[in-house]
Amino acid sequence: MTNRYPGIRIWTILFCLLTIGLIISCEGLFPKATPDDQILDGPVKGLNETENLLFLRGDKAFNGRVFTTENGLGPLFVATSCGSCHPGDGKGHPFTTLTRFGQVDENDNQYLSMGGPQLQNRAIPGFVPEQIPAGATFSKFTPPANTGLGFLDAVSDANILSWVDTNDANGDGISGVPNWISMKNYVTPRLGSVEQNGKYIGRFGKKGATYDLLQQTATAYNQDIGITSTYEYLDTHTGVQFDPEISNETINDVVFYLKTLKAPVPRTENSEIFSGKQLFTTIGCNKCHRPEWNTGTSSIAALSNKTFYPYTDLLLHDMGLELDNGYTEGSAKTSEWKTPPLWGLGLSKNSQGGLYYLLHDGRARSIQEAILMHGGEGLQSKMMFLSLSEDEKKKLILFLESL
Amino acid sequence: MTSLKLLVLCGLSLVSCDSFAQIDSTLLRRTSKDTTKMLLNMDAVYNRPFLSVGKSPVSVGGYVEANWQYFGTKGFTEGHQFQMRRLTLFVASGISKRIKFLSEIEFEDGTKEINIEFASVDFEFHPLLNFRGGVVMNPIGAFNQNHDGPKWEFIDRPVSATQLLPATWSNVGFGLYGKLYKENWVYAYEAYLTNGFDDKIISNAQNKTFLPATKQNRDRFEESFNGVPLVTAKVALRNKRIGELGLSYMGGVFNKFQSDGLILDKKRRLDVWAIDFNTVLPFFKTYIKTEWTLIHVDVPDTYGQQFGRKQAGGFADFIQPVARRSIFGFEQSVINAVCRLEYVDWNIGKFSETGGNIREDFFSIVPGVSWRPTSLTVIRLNYRYNWRTDILGNPPSKTAGFQFGFSSYF
Repeated sequence: MTNRYPGIRIWTILFCLLTIGLIISCEGLFPKATPDDQILDGPVKGLNETENLLFLRGDKAFNGRVFTTENGLGPLFVATSCGSCHPGDGKGHPFTTLTRFGQVDENDNQYLSMGGPQLQNRAIPGFVPEQIPAGATFSKFTPPANTGLGFLDAVSDANILSWVDTNDANGDGISGVPNWISMKNYVTPRLGSVEQNGKYIGRFGKKGATYDLLQQTATAYNQDIGITSTYEYLDTHTGVQFDPEISNETINDVVFYLKTLKAPVPRTENSEIFSGKQLFTTIGCNKCHRPEWNTGTSSIAALSNKTFYPYTDLLLHDMGLELDNGYTEGSAKTSEWKTPPLWGLGLSKNSQGGLYYLLHDGRARSIQEAILMHGGEGLQSKMMFLSLSEDEKKKLILFLESL
Repeated sequence: MTSLKLLVLCGLSLVSCDSFAQIDSTLLRRTSKDTTKMLLNMDAVYNRPFLSVGKSPVSVGGYVEANWQYFGTKGFTEGHQFQMRRLTLFVASGISKRIKFLSEIEFEDGTKEINIEFASVDFEFHPLLNFRGGVVMNPIGAFNQNHDGPKWEFIDRPVSATQLLPATWSNVGFGLYGKLYKENWVYAYEAYLTNGFDDKIISNAQNKTFLPATKQNRDRFEESFNGVPLVTAKVALRNKRIGELGLSYMGGVFNKFQSDGLILDKKRRLDVWAIDFNTVLPFFKTYIKTEWTLIHVDVPDTYGQQFGRKQAGGFADFIQPVARRSIFGFEQSVINAVCRLEYVDWNIGKFSETGGNIREDFFSIVPGVSWRPTSLTVIRLNYRYNWRTDILGNPPSKTAGFQFGFSSYF
């Protein structure tokens, strides 16, 4: 071999060492799969081949489809894709937080003709984004995680109503009422749905003002991205009927995707987490954050008659003045919020840019801060939390992070 | 239909070349390549191996590249992929002693994309004053004009060149270029007015400010999107011993601000600055090729921060020849140990809602080996590991894998 390069030996040795190193660590050459309990996306176990295909189609529409001026974006919008607000199917970030305005009681929104209920704070070039009308109260809504929604959807109304305690009959300071909402004309009530004065129980959304995942999906396309469909056909800018900008097939693919996203997998339970779990019950968190539920019968076998652990009662609770933004939806009062599921709480940071933005508007920057912002029906548990030792608080938070 | 016509034309030209070859292969001759150290990146289009027939003023050439790759992301893989990345054909002609024509037609991923990358006529008036018109490659950075696969030791083109800048980026237009040689130095400039970008750069399926999206506009060789010329200019200097330094700028209006005399929006500018440098380290004989780009786009305030107003990125290639010897009868073949580092940030800024950094960035390291059996052919084995972080800064998506393939002039 003709060695014409003075530095050849050093480089040859370095190269050989690098090659040997790479071969030895061959397994490390490819990124490993993230453990199932560290990610929120992925299908529920037990889907059949057809359901897997439908899940993938929905995944593509939800996470892969970006809207532009060419395929219907806006003209007013909040985000350009579903995945923008729910990265990795987790909680959103203040960057994509929604603002809704104009409804102060169970009567309908008084500002529908002025852009309500949702503020479209972005616009394509040439258009002016909306502003909150003078005098309208508003609230911000951090996009929630999408996981396990199919399980919550498959719960029967009777099961939800079994936890209602409208007048606090047991005297524990906690009531819990459903949000009775008007049904959209394109929504078909579930088998066994309970009706009260022409209204039905809402179970999705921070105020529980959405009946099912079809309504959630069609409304989000319309209100968040400015996409009209046969379900939600009014353009958010002009208020007039537009041709559908998305097919029913795509919307239903997304609905199927949301239904079949897996429930968050809890991280391994150790003694500290176990102690935290006991404290969770001791200080009464479980009275609203109901741990265990059972689904009823579902057309998707993987969701049928299953036990799951979302840590919500799907009911509204008065959370006190500090969390009262003066805005509401359905029959909820302005201070009432639906108990948010706690599953996946520990993974929130993985979709919120490494930080916590908790409670309905992301105002709480840690789990502890979120607990301390509880008022109203949550005040008693908050006070009990404050009375815990630092070690006990830590264990409780470890438990919450393990969900 | 257009694609089909191009295919037929290229096929005919190949058949035509072949029929010449059947007449008398000794008539075929390679045009001499400039092997001095005074060539610049901007000379790359002409410094290619062409084959001419007899005394015909027309010469032809091209290159082809294909590869295998196996990548994994988060424990998932697409499996083994065989790719025919490019088949590129050059046709050049000396119309007269000082009028030249050169064209480059590229077939990417089979016939998925067929592009005229270059088709210009050059008029030489003086070494410092030459006129070029037609489809020209905008002289931004180094890679855009010097992009032939066989010249690079890596199977993938630099991400900063193809996903930040839109390489290969060419447009219809006119301009001037010239060179001045002085002892060990060469100074050069290029300046063009061409058609430019459109609003797809901030309205695209990538969900970010993405200059390459404008290449979807098939009309850009026919009409300007807004009637305002894109200015591209570059100055470069090279020293035989030190290397080459290039500074380039590209800027213009990208949006449709008026139509039928009606004002639709204000004029929104796009400005790109690039610096490129290449050299050979004197002791190790290590080749270093680098390029860094800064971009500023006047994104409407109403658009939110999904679309970056500032972008930056670049790459650095390190090529270390480790052996020059006869291998399998290929005399003077060279084996190189190579490594590329590349970084792109599509959205530089801070969230107005939180004050936190906006991410949307990419980093990769690509070590590898290349074997050049001849100077016109390179066989490459690359390992790539890259990290892609979303706009919020969530845990990055990691992708890694191997690539093996070749690229060769013909």
